[in-house]
Amino acid sequence: MLLKVEGLNTFYGNLHAIWDISLDVGEKEIVALIGSNGAGKSTLLKTLAGCIPARSGRVVYRDEELRLRHMRSDRLVKKGIVMAPEGRRVFPRLTVENNLKMGAYTRPKKEWTDSFTRVYDLFPRLAERRGQMAGTLSGGEQQMLAIGRALMGDPKLLMLDEPSLGLSPLLTEKIFELIQQIRDQGTTILLVEQNAVAALAVANRGYVLKVGHVVQSGTGRELLSSTEILRSYLGTQ
Amino acid sequence: MQRNKRFFDLKRILPLLLAAAMYAAPLAITNQYVLRVCVYVSIYSILACSLNLISGVCGQVSMGHAAFYGVGAYTSALIALSFGLPWPICLLAAGVLSALVGLLIGTPALRLQGGYLVICTVGFNELVRLILLNWVSVTRGPMGLTNIPRPRFFGVAIHSGRQYLYLSMTLLLIVYITLRNILHSRFGRNLRAIKEDETAAETMGIRVHREKVTAFAIAAGFAGMAGSMLAHYMLYINPNLFIGDFSTTILSMVVLGGMGSMPGSVAAATLLTVIPEALRELDRYRMLIYGLMLICMMLGKNIPWDTTPLGRAAARLRGRVKIARESEHGGKD
Repeated sequence: MLLKVEGLNTFYGNLHAIWDISLDVGEKEIVALIGSNGAGKSTLLKTLAGCIPARSGRVVYRDEELRLRHMRSDRLVKKGIVMAPEGRRVFPRLTVENNLKMGAYTRPKKEWTDSFTRVYDLFPRLAERRGQMAGTLSGGEQQMLAIGRALMGDPKLLMLDEPSLGLSPLLTEKIFELIQQIRDQGTTILLVEQNAVAALAVANRGYVLKVGHVVQSGTGRELLSSTEILRSYLGTQ
Repeated sequence: MQRNKRFFDLKRILPLLLAAAMYAAPLAITNQYVLRVCVYVSIYSILACSLNLISGVCGQVSMGHAAFYGVGAYTSALIALSFGLPWPICLLAAGVLSALVGLLIGTPALRLQGGYLVICTVGFNELVRLILLNWVSVTRGPMGLTNIPRPRFFGVAIHSGRQYLYLSMTLLLIVYITLRNILHSRFGRNLRAIKEDETAAETMGIRVHREKVTAFAIAAGFAGMAGSMLAHYMLYINPNLFIGDFSTTILSMVVLGGMGSMPGSVAAATLLTVIPEALRELDRYRMLIYGLMLICMMLGKNIPWDTTPLGRAAARLRGRVKIARESEHGGKD
């Protein structure tokens, strides 16, 4: 097991956002976290990325228990837990190449070349536009850059927050293909997605969240075939 | 590759030519008043460039830069007056102490953002001014510190306007080159990333707060050095030189020069120092016109110049130069 979370609780001030959540992420899996707006998916991801402190619970990563107090993003990135935040959030006035360099921030320079090759192979479009300001890229290209930038940190666990947000169906399909490709290369992916059907179609396993609780879990196929889940929690027919 | 071999590359030669011109210019200036204005231009340029690091590059707007300038000036003057130490040591001490104060203030203050940070730094500036004004036993309060010794090198005291100008220009050059190198380093890239998007920077593993505080301390340190230069040039300092109004002036230099642009900061510092002097003849209308000019300049910055005939002509010219360069390199670069 790559990541094991037990009884995790996160608060925004007095607001209890994540309630006793437990989940497992196996090596080289795509695990999808799905749920409607305000279910706590992004909060859970941010907690695991060290952007929001967890108040209680247990997080075991590669057989090592992470102390909650020490879960800070810079330390987690060094350990190989990297998040591509929601809304792409590329650095608009840095070039594509400098954006990618920012992703490799915690790693020694001599290791950058392999990561650059990997990212440019996955996203040839970024190679073509390496000197261009990231803010001038199209939405899809920015999403590729956001994922590419996260890959530059050589993650063992890549956490993607809403990668299909604001993309056309065609581009969404392309992004999910790429996500599978990244998994096939050996990177484990924890995926938060509103587009539940697309996410569950590529996921090995999934967790359905509702108001900060896990209400259902199973393989992607199981969750996808349960019309009850799709209707009750995800608002699809 | 070809470009590296070119000796007469304008981009490489231009800074050297500018530096040479900068050092040759004082020889042609005989007017003491002009020399004095030039010394102020150098000192204010140091202040603007240093504030640019934290406010322009990193996006953390500070309105308390004059406080560090004051801490540096008083530190340097007091050390020189009390212990008679040579100026370079006073300069270093001023830089180090200001940087430490920057660290002390920046650590809690930089947890704040936007307007909150601005108010906090304004408060800090006022606090420093009041300390300088009321800690009479050390700072001599409103009377200020007098008889500050002139800088001495190998037993010779600097006293002419021209010598001071060379000294302040050299200090500016050192600060400028250091800041430029910082901007092009990994640390500089982190600061730009923080300005662009703090959350994204954090997810990259950048320790956002630590980087901000480091930049703040570096900026404060250089402001302290500028203060030391001022103290040993004016030979007299008082708390009124370091009030919040002056912090606003430094920030206007940064904004006018372009947030994040070091040459811009120097140009704006020059402009905003020279204009009030040039308007002296207008007597009481001076500051009124200066204020109006400042407003016009700031508004002028917001005009989308690229869409004006002037901007289009410039773009055409740039395009032509680029095409010429590409054909010269045979398309490979």
